[in-house]
Amino acid sequence: MLVVLFILFAGMAIGCAISMVAQRNPLYSAISLIGVFISLACLYVTLSAPFIAAVQVIVYAGAIMVLVVFVIMLLNVDQAERQPRRLRSLVPIAVGLAAILFAEAAFIIFFVNASPLTPTHNVSNVGLTTSIGTGLFTSYLLPFEITSILLLMAIVGAMSLARRGGLLPASARDRDGEKSQ
Amino acid sequence: MTPQLSWYLALSAVLFTIGVVGVMIKRNVISMFMCIELMLNAVNLTFVAFSSFRSDVSGQLFVFIVMTVAAAEAAVGLGIIIAIFRNRESLDVDDSSVLKL
Repeated sequence: MLVVLFILFAGMAIGCAISMVAQRNPLYSAISLIGVFISLACLYVTLSAPFIAAVQVIVYAGAIMVLVVFVIMLLNVDQAERQPRRLRSLVPIAVGLAAILFAEAAFIIFFVNASPLTPTHNVSNVGLTTSIGTGLFTSYLLPFEITSILLLMAIVGAMSLARRGGLLPASARDRDGEKSQ
Repeated sequence: MTPQLSWYLALSAVLFTIGVVGVMIKRNVISMFMCIELMLNAVNLTFVAFSSFRSDVSGQLFVFIVMTVAAAEAAVGLGIIIAIFRNRESLDVDDSSVLKL
């Protein structure tokens, strides 16, 4: 049963990922990426991590992708004309590097399987919200607080980056102009 | 027969590879950004798989923090993309290959 679910959702994830890379229109790429996120959330459920699955759907498929789609529609990039592809000489190198990474994946499948860990799907309460909250607020309290500071910095940075007047307030820019003149 | 740990690791490697290929062949900044998100998710899958197979909650806490970092990255990254578009009227990375305007 779990094997069937794994194959189903893994196939969905890989298919959506390939579709994301293959699409020309960024909006279709975004929708394919949402498919990847949803199928990964389903895989997290089969890995007995329901909290992470819920957060995946809410934060990734909800918040982040809404932001991305919003920016795509705001900038209206689908009118970007087809330009001749530059850097064509790098395509074989990219394909070669991808082949190396796929070879690594094959190596993992065929050779590292010698000492398989036994899955603990039944006995574990590892993925439950209780254990995650306990871990987050006891032994991982400092990373949690650092993360909150990071979010604060991201808020300030995003506001100052996306503001229409540029990075600096108008008075500071005027002073810079006087200095350069 | 249940899924082995190596299956999840292989899936994660494949997704990461697709993300790397996307970053290398895409020229639209937003598409490259989404490929980076895909790579972050591939790593998250590795963390959750190890956490579940070893019955250790630390991996899922890492995933939680990675998601927070991804959210912060999305906010700042999209702000940068908007700033690039405002200055260059284009989202093609080849058009913004120099820092100077």
